[in-house]
Amino acid sequence: MRAGIEIVDSRISLVGEWTVTGVPDLEDRLSGLKTAELGSIDASGISAMDTAGAWLFFRTFGKLSLEVSGMKPQHASLVAMVSSLGLGGKGKSEGGDFLEKLGAWGWNAIREMRGMVAFVGEAALVLLRGRIRWKPVMHNLQHAGFDALPISGLLSFLMGIVIAYQGAGQLARYGANIFVVDLVGLSMLRELGPLLTAIIIAGRSGSAFTAQIGTMKVTEEVDAMKTIGVSPTEQLVLPKIIALLIALPLLTVYADIMGVLGGMIMASFNLGVGYTDFIDRFGASIRLSAFLVGIGKAPVFASIIAIVGCFQGFQVEGGADSVGRQTTKSVVQAIFLVIVADAIFSVIFSVVHL
Amino acid sequence: MKALEITDLCTRFGESVVHDHVNLDVERGEVFAIAGSSGCGKSTLLREIVLLQKPASGSIRVFGQEILGLDEESALSFRKRCGMMFERGALFSSLNVIENVGLPLREHTVLSGDLIDEIASIKIALAGLPENARFKYPDELSGGMRKRAALARALALDPELLFLDEPTAGLDPLSASGFDELVNHLRHALELTMVIVTHDLDLLWHVADRVAFLGEGRVLGVGTMPELSESSDPLIREYFYGPRGRAAREQAWKQR
Repeated sequence: MRAGIEIVDSRISLVGEWTVTGVPDLEDRLSGLKTAELGSIDASGISAMDTAGAWLFFRTFGKLSLEVSGMKPQHASLVAMVSSLGLGGKGKSEGGDFLEKLGAWGWNAIREMRGMVAFVGEAALVLLRGRIRWKPVMHNLQHAGFDALPISGLLSFLMGIVIAYQGAGQLARYGANIFVVDLVGLSMLRELGPLLTAIIIAGRSGSAFTAQIGTMKVTEEVDAMKTIGVSPTEQLVLPKIIALLIALPLLTVYADIMGVLGGMIMASFNLGVGYTDFIDRFGASIRLSAFLVGIGKAPVFASIIAIVGCFQGFQVEGGADSVGRQTTKSVVQAIFLVIVADAIFSVIFSVVHL
Repeated sequence: MKALEITDLCTRFGESVVHDHVNLDVERGEVFAIAGSSGCGKSTLLREIVLLQKPASGSIRVFGQEILGLDEESALSFRKRCGMMFERGALFSSLNVIENVGLPLREHTVLSGDLIDEIASIKIALAGLPENARFKYPDELSGGMRKRAALARALALDPELLFLDEPTAGLDPLSASGFDELVNHLRHALELTMVIVTHDLDLLWHVADRVAFLGEGRVLGVGTMPELSESSDPLIREYFYGPRGRAAREQAWKQR
C-alpha cells in the first residue's frame, strides 16, 4: 500500500509504506500542507519505512514540536538517525558570466598551445638523443599502416569513380573526353590522394593514439613507465610518429593508384576512353612533379596526426569521460590542421608555380 | 523465508571449473561473508547473484524467488531490491558524488530533484563521507572515500540485500576498521542483509555473523568464525592459521 495522509481536525494520520517507491505522490501533498493547523501526529498506520520515508517525515514534521504517537520503535530510530545526519547547503553552481567563460576559454587555448609546442620540443629532443625503439614502431606500422590498406584503398577507388563521373558530363559536352585523364590524375595525385588518406588515418589512428595513451594515463601506466625509467615519449610517442611518417606516404601512393584505377574504369564505362588510351594519356600529361607534390605533403600530415593524437592523449585527466572528450578533440583538431596545412601548401605551390 | 539460497551452483570457464555444486543459505538480517583464497570464485559467485554472469547450472533464490532465467522486467525489479558495491568503486567518472548516489533514485523513482539530492546527501553522510565531498568528482577522492561513495550509491534505493565486494581491500588499517564499524552501524540502522566477499580477517572476525569458506570449487566450511577456525579442513586451517590469520584470531579472542 502506498504512503498517504489523512487529516481529521488537527490530527494527521500517516499510513502506508513510507519507502522510496511508496512516497512519490506524497511529496507534493506534504509540501502543500498547512503545518500550522496541526496538533498531533498518529504514525501507527505506517507499515514500512526506509531512509527516504524517514527523511520525508523529518523534513515535514521535524521542525514542528508536535506530539507523535504510535510510531514503531524501529521507525523512530530511523527518523532519529536521519535527523542526526545534518545536511549542508547546496553546492555552488558551475560556470559564470559570459566574460568569465570567454577568459577561461582563451586562457585554456593559450595553455594548450604552449603545451603542444613544449610537447613537440620534447619529442624532437628525444629523437635527437637517438634511441628509437623499433618494436613499437613495427607494431604501429602494422596497425596504423598495413591494417588501413583496405579502407583507404576502397575510399580512394570510390573517389576516383566519383570524380570521373562528375567530370564526364562536362567534358563530353565539349568532346574533350580524353581530358578526364588530366582531371582524375591531377586531382587524385596532387590533392585527394594525400588528403583523403590523411583524414582516414586521423580518424582511424589519431583517435586510437589518444584513447590508448589517455587510458594508460588513467590507469597510471604512464606514471609506472616513468618510475621504471622508461621515457613515455620514447616508448609511446616517437614510435607512433615514426610509424606514421613511414606509413602515410606509402598509403598515399596506394590511394593514388586505387583512385586513378577507379577513374579509369569509370572513364571507359561512361566516356568511352579505353584503358590503353587512358594510360598513354596519363604518361604524357601527368608530370612526375604532380605525384611528388602529393607525396611530399604526406609526411607533414603524418606528423600533425601523430603529434596531435599523442598530445591529446597526455591531456587526459581523471576518467573515462575525459578519454572520450580528448579523443573527439584529437580527431577534430588533426583533421582541421591537416586541411589548414593543405591550404598553406596550395598557396606556396602557386607562388613557386609547381 | 531465507534471504538467499544457492543450490548446486556450477560454473565453468571453458575447461576450468570455478564452482562445483556450491550450496549456500543466507538468513534475513544476517551479515554473511564469503572468504577463500584468491581466484577461488568468490567474486564470480557475487557477480552471478547480481545477474552479471550466468552460471552453467544450479539455482539461486533470493527471498524465495528464483532469479536465474528471469526476463528483463523482473530482473530490473530484482535489481532495484539489491545494492552492489564494486571492489574498485565503479563510480561514474563524469558525475560527482551526489549525482552518482542520486542516479539510481533519478532512474527508478519519480521524486523531485531536491528530494533526491537530500536523500542522496543522507546516504553520503551515512556512508561516513564529509559534507564537502558531495560535489567532488571520483578522481578527486582518495581510495577510502571512493569506497564510501560507492557504498552510498549501493544504499541509494534502500536495498534489502547489499552485496559488498572486497569493501576493505586497499584501505589503510584505520579506514578499514572504520569500515567495520560502518557496516555494523548500517545493519542495525537499516536492517540490511549483507553478503560480503572479503579477504580481510578483521572484517571476518568483527563483523560477519557467519562465514562460508570457498575452495577447490566447493564450500569447504560454513559457520561462525570461532566454529570455522576449529575446522579440520587443511585449506581452512592454512588460511586461518597462517601468520596473519593467527594474529587476527588472537586479537579477536582477547576482545571477547
